[in-house]
Amino acid sequence: MGNLTPAMSSNTPAIDLKNVTAGYFATPVISDLTLTVTTGERVAIIGPNGAGKSTLFRIITGLIRPTGGTVTLYGQPLLKITAAERARTIAIVSQELESTMPFTAGELVMMGRTAALSRWSPPSREDRRIIAEAMALTETSHLKRRIFQEMSGGERQRVSIAMALAARPRIILLDEPTAHLDMNHRLDTLLLIERLNREQGVTIMMIGHDLNLAAEYFPRMVLLHEGRIVADGSPAQVLTSEILSPVYRCGVTIHPDPATGALRVFPTKL
Amino acid sequence: MAAVSLIIPLLSLMVGQEGIAWPDTSTELGRALFLMRTQRVLAGFIVGGTLSCAGAVLQAVLRNPLADPYVLGVSSGGAVGAALAIATGFVNYSAYALPMTAFVAAIVTLAIVYRLASRHGHTSVHGLILSGVVVSTMLSSVLMVTLSFTRNERLHGILWWMLGNLQAGDIRILVGCGVCGLIAFVVSLAMARDLNALTLGREMAHNIGIRTRFAVGCSLAAATLAAASAVALAGLIGFVGLIVPHAVRQLSGPDHRRLIPAVFLAGGAFLVICDTLSRSLIPVREIPVGVITALTGGPFFLFLLRRRRHEWEI
Repeated sequence: MGNLTPAMSSNTPAIDLKNVTAGYFATPVISDLTLTVTTGERVAIIGPNGAGKSTLFRIITGLIRPTGGTVTLYGQPLLKITAAERARTIAIVSQELESTMPFTAGELVMMGRTAALSRWSPPSREDRRIIAEAMALTETSHLKRRIFQEMSGGERQRVSIAMALAARPRIILLDEPTAHLDMNHRLDTLLLIERLNREQGVTIMMIGHDLNLAAEYFPRMVLLHEGRIVADGSPAQVLTSEILSPVYRCGVTIHPDPATGALRVFPTKL
Repeated sequence: MAAVSLIIPLLSLMVGQEGIAWPDTSTELGRALFLMRTQRVLAGFIVGGTLSCAGAVLQAVLRNPLADPYVLGVSSGGAVGAALAIATGFVNYSAYALPMTAFVAAIVTLAIVYRLASRHGHTSVHGLILSGVVVSTMLSSVLMVTLSFTRNERLHGILWWMLGNLQAGDIRILVGCGVCGLIAFVVSLAMARDLNALTLGREMAHNIGIRTRFAVGCSLAAATLAAASAVALAGLIGFVGLIVPHAVRQLSGPDHRRLIPAVFLAGGAFLVICDTLSRSLIPVREIPVGVITALTGGPFFLFLLRRRRHEWEI
């Protein structure tokens, strides 16, 4: 991973939010939120609709400027980092990637590398190698010349992840990457994310609606509710009916899976 | 393709109402004719190229396949400016009066549209399209009022301008508008990778490291400069900016680093062909070039739309 590879066991906070308040047009969506994500961590952000999960991501990428508090990436204030530098550090896999024009998968993945390319010169051999590697890792090499708009949901999602990898980021944020996928593709995606984290030390933050998958693949879970952190810890600490029931406004039963031991959450009538 | 689009203007130099031949430059008349044709072909190439380039830029930034250089009210603004200049007789003061008025009116209109679409320092794409359409419609009414109050002998001038005319009155206008158009082209080319990213939406463009406000501002400014100078030079020539980018995208793909130069050349060549037809199809009379672009471009656009419908989710 070159000079972007962080030391796996380093204690540098990759993302550090201190007392952050932010929202749209003066309505706060996130209030007084403090969160530290250490390099190499794998964190799932969970919470009901409108809890502020996507807004949290937009704050970390600098799309929304907080009205209060500070955001730092690897110790540097986000406001002092250029757009290109920030994009080389953090990549985002959005819920659905959409282009209005018939780009091929290869062209899109190359766009993921925009921040590393110069305005006038074409991509170098090294750039092409990195892109080929990103596509190989996500098993999208054979889709290179296909039109993105004509692909299936699972293929699009993998291209979208390849696009994120093309920037060689130290952090990847995923906003419900499995929302539109079938069961098997959900599993593939999560296995790929886990592998990137373990083998390349990429710090991962993922928004997930599927609490069961999140519990199985993420050692740390952060529960957001109405713009605040309600619980932060291991799945066993966060996934309890006392915590989840008031947040989701329904009854919750939790059992360990008989085969894997991972926690399983089931909604019940109150 | 580059070669073809450069040969076409040369060939079209030979064509005119006076027949098909290379003008005899040994005679006074031949030289005058040659100069007139050269200016006209040059104007056609520049206008066609810049309009198409502006169309390609706007289709990317506004994420709308139906965007053309006139979508943001540039045309109706320019038209009102030109009509007022002709109606009041202001045109008679100087050869620059008409293009300058049209140019200024086009830019002012865009500034108003941009201002209307911005709230809390944020400019939305839908806001731009909506306020562009509303402002255009309002300006069309102003144009109608102007027309109805205009004396008969001046009406012809306005009408001819609205249909488009590539015979520039003064070479300095051609040079001025040409330079503006070329600057717009170079800026568009510099923004190519930003345009690629913007087709994914502003948020995604931001995510991959584009300074979106700067990129959108620069691209819109370039497209406006291109459209306003084309309007000032040749009046309203429709369809070129809409169809040429679509047609070229089928050949070169949507990557703007290739698309922008290809669109400029193809648009220039296309308008030169249309103009050559306009001045040679019917002897003695001249068909307005805007009519030719619409009549050839329209059906071609419909053909493309039917064939590749799935590419654009309109």
